Amino acid sequence: MTDTATPAGTPAQAPEEPAPPVSQPPEHDLASAVKDAGLAALVALALAAPIMGLRTTSQSGGGGLVIVPQWQSVLIAVAAVFVGRLLLDLFIWRRIVPVPIGDKWFRRPGGMPLARHAERFGGYFGPLVLAGAVVLPFLPIADRYIMDLSILVLTYVMLGWGLNIVVGLAGLLDLGYVAFYAVGAYSYALLAQYFDLGFWVCLPLAGILAAFWGILLGFPVLRLRGDYLAIVTLAFGEIIRVVLLNWYTFTNGPDGISGIPRPSFFGLEFQRGDSGFAAFFGLDYSPMHRIIFLYYLILILALITNFVTVRLRRLPVGRAWEALREDEIACRSLGINTTSTKLTAFATGAMFAGFAGSFFATRQGFISPESFTFIESALILAIVVLGGLGSQIGVVIAAVVMIGGFEYFREFEQYRMLIFGLAMVVIMVWRPRGLIATRQPSIALGKRKSIAGDLVGEGHG
Amino acid sequence: MSAAPGTTVSAAGAHGQADWDSDPILRVEHLTMRFGGLVAVDDLSFSAGRGDISAIIGPNGAGKTTVFNCITGFYKPSEGMLTLRQAGGDSYLLERMPDFQIAAHARVARTFQNIRLFGGMTVLENLMVAQHNPLMLASYFTFGGVLGLRHFRNAEKGAIELARYWLERIRLIDRADDPAADLPYGAQRRLEIARAMCTKPELLCLDEPAAGLNPRETAELNELLRFIRDEHDTSVLLIEHDMTVVMEISDHVVVLDYGQMIADGPPDAVRNDPAVIAAYLGVEDEEVETVEREVEAGASGGDGAS
Repeated sequence: MTDTATPAGTPAQAPEEPAPPVSQPPEHDLASAVKDAGLAALVALALAAPIMGLRTTSQSGGGGLVIVPQWQSVLIAVAAVFVGRLLLDLFIWRRIVPVPIGDKWFRRPGGMPLARHAERFGGYFGPLVLAGAVVLPFLPIADRYIMDLSILVLTYVMLGWGLNIVVGLAGLLDLGYVAFYAVGAYSYALLAQYFDLGFWVCLPLAGILAAFWGILLGFPVLRLRGDYLAIVTLAFGEIIRVVLLNWYTFTNGPDGISGIPRPSFFGLEFQRGDSGFAAFFGLDYSPMHRIIFLYYLILILALITNFVTVRLRRLPVGRAWEALREDEIACRSLGINTTSTKLTAFATGAMFAGFAGSFFATRQGFISPESFTFIESALILAIVVLGGLGSQIGVVIAAVVMIGGFEYFREFEQYRMLIFGLAMVVIMVWRPRGLIATRQPSIALGKRKSIAGDLVGEGHG
Repeated sequence: MSAAPGTTVSAAGAHGQADWDSDPILRVEHLTMRFGGLVAVDDLSFSAGRGDISAIIGPNGAGKTTVFNCITGFYKPSEGMLTLRQAGGDSYLLERMPDFQIAAHARVARTFQNIRLFGGMTVLENLMVAQHNPLMLASYFTFGGVLGLRHFRNAEKGAIELARYWLERIRLIDRADDPAADLPYGAQRRLEIARAMCTKPELLCLDEPAAGLNPRETAELNELLRFIRDEHDTSVLLIEHDMTVVMEISDHVVVLDYGQMIADGPPDAVRNDPAVIAAYLGVEDEEVETVEREVEAGASGGDGAS
């Protein structure tokens, strides 16, 4: 038994590439680096020539568009790429063994190189992004547009993290997630309208109400799996929206609810005058104060979502969610009540959507059923799937790319849909398990080793 | 089938009642399972002795796994009563309980014919999931755990120790942090048994634990099962095709064919039972007599299947 059991592990675990040969002649290094940099410069030229080199300007006097070539900027870009790549080759990447180009570019999906990079930098990446997010409002680039966009991105990050619990951890495909977002938003709007409650009271109430609806949805769909589950959750999302649309006397129907109160900073309103936030702290009044406050509010809410999710993963309930995704029958054979486990996943995910929803309501000041269509659910799900099921940092990357990119390229109008569709197809071909496909173990005796995505189950609904 | 269902080959002991009938951990009475017109298990009654390794054997399609699924609650029996009596004296009627409660309260653990590990989770995580219920209580249904209370942290340490104990026992401690799907087949089988043992069961049901193992691994499995029986007050009920396993370690063998019991007794008696040999050789009902005579004449008493 000795040879089949324990020692077999050690050779099998050896890295697939041997340790890089350090004793390479430096001349060869330089030559290959120049070649590599030249190749990169060529790619840069091909890209920069049409994008940067040809500029269309409208002639004064309404003569239509004329093309003005700008070759010097192309030259600068190409030179920058060449020099930058050369420096990287010589000083940063020198120890990396050159991989055959076909291997590097057309690596089998789910292959190792990117995952290994992610593992190497993953430890720094999260804190770095967090630090960037914290100081963002004080950076010179942070104008009103950037801040609004960041708030939007963070809202989707939070929604993505919430949905990640249901889809990524528990493996339950939920196409109606936006329903809980709507419940949260309308909870706050209606409680404020009818009972004159403030934001800070309504925030937990909205979460609780959304969790309650999560359980309500959970009960009938517990027996369903896969496609059937997806269809029922989709229907549930539509039911909520249609009720909001048609219950005119209560929700004001398609006209929506306006005049939703803004949040206050410990009782200080963001307004002009002596009682306002700016006057209290001796600042000049600026509408940006409220924006920055909202930014930090959603940042904190999102971080709470992340903290709780990461924490739950290491608790029995989180492990039960993941076990449920891997094999439901085995779970039952171990005495795990799969019904309540699924319900907690639905409720927890819904609760965070409820928080995000009430934030959305207070930020917009106006909500209508228009904001909670199926496309929102699809967008959130796309963020989770693109980021990598179960990966927290993957959701952040995907949300920034999807929402940020989507807004940033607004000028391209209908073409942006085309481009994003293409981008999604490319990513799914290239990395079918999402950007960050590896799974981190929740507990370890020794060193935590990330688990390749193709071993991790996707859940069966 | 010429042999009447329930032909009991009397136990080696001279006393009229077999050992396993005096204080059985599991008593199966008149168990019948119908799937539409098909009767998979037909009026089956047997007992699994406390502290015994009991084996259910029989040709393919005899209804062995169906019996397991009824015991562990994955099927609801059409008729019959399944009584589990724990060492502490508590009795459970398994046919009335949902599957997860059978595992959680009656303390019946099982493994599966096609291994069902949590492949994307590490070996250690697999064993931690098995201790879900005590850990869930210790974390005060998650709320205490989120706050990181000491009570939960201690409970988790204890759970890790139990997992470590079993990993050392099945010689997988070096691979504790590897994904379960990366283990070789034999190791996965052992891990599944260890995972079931982490639920601290009274009765461990193993569905073909030796399938796909090489002779050396099989020998180690035998040793592991004996260890479980002797050191852990856990009774074992197993389905097995590998006769070396059955004959070597089991105290009591029940033979099924077409959903009916054709023999019930100690391994040596069952091995020589003409009805068992006939069932394993797969002869027509009319030829059973002939085969029986041949077997009697041969008198060698080889172990039918293997």
